[in-house]
Amino acid sequence: MIEAIRECLGQEMDADSRVVVIGEDVGVLGGVFRATDGLQARFGKERVVDMPLAEGVIVGSGIGLAMSGLRPVIELQFLGFGHQAFHQIGQQVARLRYRSQGRHALPLVIRSPFGGGVRTPELHSDAFEAFYTHTPGLKVVAPATAYDAKGLLAAAMESDDPVLYLEPLKGYRLTKDEVPDERYTVPLGKLRVARAGTAVTLIAWSAAVNVAERAAEELSEQGISVEVLDLRSLNPLDIDGIAESVSKTGRVAILHEAPLTGGFGGELVATIQQECFYSLEAPIIRISAPDTPYPLGGVEDLYIPDVDRVVDEVAALAKASA
Amino acid sequence: MSESRFLPNFESIAPFSRLTESGILDSGESPMSDEAVLEALRYMTLTRVFDDKATSMQRQGRFGTFSSVRGQEASVVGAASALDPAKDWIVPQYREFPALIRHGYPIENFALYFMGNPKGGTIPANVNMLPMQISLAAQIPQATGLAWGLKMQGSDGVAITFFGDGASSEGDFHESLNLAGIVKAPVIFFLQNNGWAISTPRENQTAARSFAERAIGYGVEGVIVDGNDLLAVHEVTARAVAKARAGDGPTLIESVTYRTGAHNTADDPTRYIDQQELEKWQQKDPVERIKNYLRSRGIWNETLEQEMLDSCAAQIDEAMEIARNTPLATSDALFDHVYAEPPQRMLDQKLDWANRNGGAR
Ligand SMILES: Cc1ncc(C[n+]2csc(CCOP(=O)(O)OP(=O)(O)O)c2C)c(N)n1
Ligand SMILES: [Mg+2]
Repeated sequence: MIEAIRECLGQEMDADSRVVVIGEDVGVLGGVFRATDGLQARFGKERVVDMPLAEGVIVGSGIGLAMSGLRPVIELQFLGFGHQAFHQIGQQVARLRYRSQGRHALPLVIRSPFGGGVRTPELHSDAFEAFYTHTPGLKVVAPATAYDAKGLLAAAMESDDPVLYLEPLKGYRLTKDEVPDERYTVPLGKLRVARAGTAVTLIAWSAAVNVAERAAEELSEQGISVEVLDLRSLNPLDIDGIAESVSKTGRVAILHEAPLTGGFGGELVATIQQECFYSLEAPIIRISAPDTPYPLGGVEDLYIPDVDRVVDEVAALAKASA
Repeated sequence: MSESRFLPNFESIAPFSRLTESGILDSGESPMSDEAVLEALRYMTLTRVFDDKATSMQRQGRFGTFSSVRGQEASVVGAASALDPAKDWIVPQYREFPALIRHGYPIENFALYFMGNPKGGTIPANVNMLPMQISLAAQIPQATGLAWGLKMQGSDGVAITFFGDGASSEGDFHESLNLAGIVKAPVIFFLQNNGWAISTPRENQTAARSFAERAIGYGVEGVIVDGNDLLAVHEVTARAVAKARAGDGPTLIESVTYRTGAHNTADDPTRYIDQQELEKWQQKDPVERIKNYLRSRGIWNETLEQEMLDSCAAQIDEAMEIARNTPLATSDALFDHVYAEPPQRMLDQKLDWANRNGGAR
């Protein structure tokens, strides 16, 4: 997946000289995960900039760069350090168009790895997507496959709306599906049916999609047919795509790495019960981390919902009745 | 030492130093007794032993990502040696192992933390420190408030906060200096300029010639010290501590040193570091320098060196043994200490997790 992201950045920078990449360690090092490896050598220090270590000014100056006519792609080294820029993202990035009544477009992409499972140091791994989905004006994209990583990033860079593009720390190197060489886009707001099924709809995004798929495989051995939906983008949300699946299965499980309370799963539950109430055959369940801070690496496997937990919960759901 | 070294001085940004690179003291008196220097050297040695151990444990998969102190031992130990653990506070970043150990944080806890066991975060009740900080610069406002609070309550304790050249670009640093200057907080801002923030060179953090001269804009004193000179770091920090205790406010100390190791065990510095510059700094090794000083005083030899190494190795082994024998954390470790009064919902989850029968409900 990391190669897909790198390739996309290179192609878009080639195609459009207004694209600049700014962030911490994105230059010579090529980013701590090498997403920007080689870009500085190709496009120069003017277009691939190692910024001073301050997320607030990285994002804030990104707004200014965009207003000057450039199309910045910002790398936040980890989403855990999005807090340091949250005043710029939440109050500024997300509302500039609205506050200027359409005068100022903000073609800005903020890329950031997030989520756990790779033994990072403390404070790096939280799944904070819900902070950002609660920020109207900002699109939130979270690919699970390498194919989507490339196509969604291209779409995000094409968009005249600001996009937070979330990269799964856990999928960076593990996810290795086929990626075409040519440029293409995957539209924002269209989910992907990662696995077709009939008995239960299991909704996930980012790294959790892989967990969902593996659980679905095990469940199929138990005779339970699970449809796995990869949301791809949380805002815009493909409500029609979700409704289509739920109307077929009548049972829904939502899987996310973030804590339960206030997680994006709650939003999905509310939306589904509103849109699909009469299709539901059992209460919607959420499978999530507990309502506790992201822990140290030694216990993170207990924190993030794993395949076993998903299998147990979904098997119970398949038998439950309303 | 002239007073002007402690004032913003735009004529010169030469770091204050006491020892030549070969460890010869200038004509003045040493700011540290021989005993104190030996104790400091032991902490520096302990750090080397621990760093090697931790790095090899990481390679074996038994430690998580780990940042060594290599090259910065005199900087950290020199600063710490000016503190009184009974009343002064340390508000760390993550590269200050010997300062924390000297202050009373158990080595085994430090190890457990890097083994990923939440128990490692335990700070004994009488140890005046905040947890290590991963979110860069977040500790600096906290140290400012802590020091300010000590002052408000009539204590003569001070707070020292450590952070890097990179961290000093964050707003938190600038906002803290500003506040500390206004309220005259007894805080020492100890900026370790080790040349790098991962791969980002110091030049990308500030266009100023030094970090220390930023202090003037906040009405705070700034000083630059040779961070590989134990005596100089101690002297400068001791003066800043005395000043803070006396109610005369904060000091920004820029300790000029160099990270001669990788940023951490996940980093590959060969991708960006200038080999010649690295070698130049390796020549200025802070541990060798202070040993040379002790040799010049006639109180250091190979026997003593071996004894110190052995005793440090034994101490680290003992701590590692405790860490290894500490039971692995269970799912309770996710829930314990999150709240003073836990919400029922979280307690239900705790039970659920312990039973391993599924997700949160
Ligand atoms: C707020 C924040 N942003 C980014 C990071 C990722 N990161 C970890 S260490 C580091 C470099 C720190 O450099 P410096 O402050 O000079 O300290 P040093 O590691 O050199 O001791 C970066 C960018 C972080 N931990 N916190
Ligand atoms: Mg540094």
